[in-house]
Amino acid sequence: MEPAAGVTLDNNHRLTPKELQYIIRWNSDRCKRCGRCTAACPVKAIEPTVRVQRMTFSEGPIPKPGAQRRVVHAISQVTDPERACVGCATCTLVCPNEAIEPELNERNKLLHYKNKGGDGYKRGGRRNDPSISVLDRLKFTRISMLTDPALDAGRHEFRVRSLLGRVLPPEELPLKAVDGKLIVDSAADKFIPPVREIFPIMIGSMSVGALSPPMWEGLAMGVAYLNEVEGLPVVMASGEGGMPPRLLRSRYLKYFIIQIASGYFGWDEIVRALPHMVEDPAAIEIKYGQGAKPGDGGLLMAQKVLKLISGIRGVPQFVDLASPPTHQTKYSIEEAVAKMIQSMSMAWGFRVPVYPKISGTKTARAVLNNLARNPYAAALSIDGEDGGTGAAYNVSMDKMGHPIASNLRECYLDLVKQGKQNELPLIAAGGVGKRGNLAANAAALIMLGASVVSIGKYIMQAAADCFGDEHNRCNLCNTGKCPRGITTQDPKLYRRLDADKVALRTVEVFKAANVELKKIFAPMGRSTELPIGMSDGLSIDDKAMAERLGITYAC
Amino acid sequence: MCRLAAITSNDYFSPMEAILALETMKEGHDGSGLGLTLKDLGGEFEKLKQYPILSGVGSKKGIEMLDNYMKRKGFKLIHNWSPSLHPVKGIQAREYYFARAYDVPGSCAERKFADCEDMLMKTRLELRALGEPDQSLFVYSFYPDVLTIKEVGDPLDVGRFFGLDSGKITSRICLAQGRQNTNYAIYLYACHPFFLQGYCTMTNGENTAFVPIREYLSGRGFPGYMGYNSDSEVFAHILHYTVRQLGMPLRYYKDVITPLMKESEIAQRSDADALRLMRQSLRPLCIDGPNCVIGFTPDGTCFMTQDAKKLRPGVVGGVKGKYALMSEECGVDSAIPQRDRSTDIFPMKYDFVTISPRAQEVKIWNQLQG
Repeated sequence: MEPAAGVTLDNNHRLTPKELQYIIRWNSDRCKRCGRCTAACPVKAIEPTVRVQRMTFSEGPIPKPGAQRRVVHAISQVTDPERACVGCATCTLVCPNEAIEPELNERNKLLHYKNKGGDGYKRGGRRNDPSISVLDRLKFTRISMLTDPALDAGRHEFRVRSLLGRVLPPEELPLKAVDGKLIVDSAADKFIPPVREIFPIMIGSMSVGALSPPMWEGLAMGVAYLNEVEGLPVVMASGEGGMPPRLLRSRYLKYFIIQIASGYFGWDEIVRALPHMVEDPAAIEIKYGQGAKPGDGGLLMAQKVLKLISGIRGVPQFVDLASPPTHQTKYSIEEAVAKMIQSMSMAWGFRVPVYPKISGTKTARAVLNNLARNPYAAALSIDGEDGGTGAAYNVSMDKMGHPIASNLRECYLDLVKQGKQNELPLIAAGGVGKRGNLAANAAALIMLGASVVSIGKYIMQAAADCFGDEHNRCNLCNTGKCPRGITTQDPKLYRRLDADKVALRTVEVFKAANVELKKIFAPMGRSTELPIGMSDGLSIDDKAMAERLGITYAC
Repeated sequence: MCRLAAITSNDYFSPMEAILALETMKEGHDGSGLGLTLKDLGGEFEKLKQYPILSGVGSKKGIEMLDNYMKRKGFKLIHNWSPSLHPVKGIQAREYYFARAYDVPGSCAERKFADCEDMLMKTRLELRALGEPDQSLFVYSFYPDVLTIKEVGDPLDVGRFFGLDSGKITSRICLAQGRQNTNYAIYLYACHPFFLQGYCTMTNGENTAFVPIREYLSGRGFPGYMGYNSDSEVFAHILHYTVRQLGMPLRYYKDVITPLMKESEIAQRSDADALRLMRQSLRPLCIDGPNCVIGFTPDGTCFMTQDAKKLRPGVVGGVKGKYALMSEECGVDSAIPQRDRSTDIFPMKYDFVTISPRAQEVKIWNQLQG
């Protein structure tokens, strides 16, 4: 077809804002044209423009309307899909007159266009599924009242603690009775695996690099405070990418789980710090998969690899840091799991629990059974499809992965069949606190069989006001342009975040979760031990789900 | 909440004493059943102590099945006690109640006692499996010198129904439980006391941690850890597991079901290192109450202990040679009125009260002082 040479095109070749996920609602009357919104927009989705406008006006003491065409300053929405508004509402935040805000457009066609250059849509965040998750549908229906008195969350002693580490079966405990008293039989020369007593909600792996310095520091300070001042043994996982060298050599290391993933980023520094460590880490997590992007490796985009990160990770600045989908040196489950667990255990003299983390999958039970037979495996962490990530393809986040509830439940019941449910703790993650119900989601997973529950997105939202949600809001974690300063290495952005405030919020979140967990456990008559696997306490309003989870149906 | 009445004595006594003690606690109860476990038997079983006694109830068909089975397995019937029933309003009589002493094939004396116990348990479980589908046969215990009786109804009525006031059946230990049905069906196998290989318990209150405990015990690979028609059955099995299977001294039962919660408490125990390991490995067997547990062990030691919140009543009182372990003090008054009430013991959250065989000595062990 002939190009329309010499003809000025009209606007018909452009997308309209209606194709986009968010439409900017701008109020000309309220706008004072200060330009803050256009300057602050992280994706340049809006720009100042001039347009000719017909205006009706009247001057003089007697109304005498007249029309005039004037050139006015305006804000226009860019319809290039690469610059499509992400709905973060930073514009609204900076606007002094409430003149602008993005509005969710449910009928958008964004995904039809988000593949420029032949590459798929990449973003950060989580699965864009705003429906109510199974975790939020689970109800606690076994309420103690008269046949067994309910406990008082404020009066009775509660022990909201869990174990992280391989627990010996009672039959193998090296104990002997001497004069009616049990003593540990040192002559038995029995290896007693290391076990940590921790709060049952932990902060999951988010790396230095993926997170900004104030975000990571804030979480770390909050965790240290919870342990040292509040007496809540909360632990936090490092993510792949090492840890600040000073922290590695500090006494606070015991509150951190160090992650090793397929890129081994940061491990030069960790290995160098080993002889100088004054405390052992809480555990070592070997990452094989991530719930948000199963089958993918890690990815830190070049724009986030600034000087600090390149130093900690031992890599040049401004290069994409991709961890491969699998550990390249391993070719089988024996290699990948058994040898790696043993190697990492050996590095710390078998004093540190070492466990793998996998993404939720139908094959989780195969991994589990391999671990159940490995006396050095300290736990299994399963990350469900609703987990979060700093960078991945949209298709991986939205379409790949397994929900955590049934995956965890089948793994737990598999352990029950073998009588090993107390030996190998299960850590469940992925969508915990999706709708803000942190304690309820955690308690539900515990009653389905989890020993520990891991959170990521929730703490970013609760402690640092992350904009992200299941409507694809913001989700700019991969770009280095996080408008909140949470997932960026740009000082101009991360100075928006106060590490002390993040720490304070982290403390508040965990203290509140502790109270709420007691409020759940008390009416169910549980206080002394975590009700792991207490499935008779749960119900759901869907028969198929009830059957799948082995719990009762209630409506 | 169920009523509990246990008596341990140097002399043989009638189980009616325990039932009358239950009667004093009757107020407000629906009387949904009575369970009795007698140990160290007198009367017509006094001379038969080496022979295992199979206790149960069955229909004509069930008894035929039982006879055929026992004959096929080589058991020889030595003695059969069948109570003469006294019709009582409200109790529907089943066909054949029995307690039968058998001579064991190949004689128990010739092999390890533990192997013999396993064989007896296996026999009982097989009989249970045969009779349970059509409810033609219920068997509660098969063990030397132990007799079990269970029936639905008001305890005093059940006692009279079986003619237990005749004094023909006596024992040195009697555990009696007046059932107050709550969440579980009225079913003979759901009736306390629960007995397994010499270990017996009964409980009041409901066990909120029942499901995880049941799943854990079921995974131990021990065939006797089954049934669980009542949430309270796990208490007997935990006792069996702790003492018989793991070889721990009896008082560690307390550390298993109600482990010390604070490190500061554990640290002051001289066996702290062992306790720390136990608390991890036996974590799924921790009960959360509210429960008062009364039981006995194969040597005839009786005990009472409470859950960690001490939410249920329980009292131990008596004189040398006869002690009562009851859920309410009026029951102790009924069983041993001549005692000095000021010496009564009300076990609290850390206490584990044991009474030595033949009621010679009472010991209160405090968990913090181990």
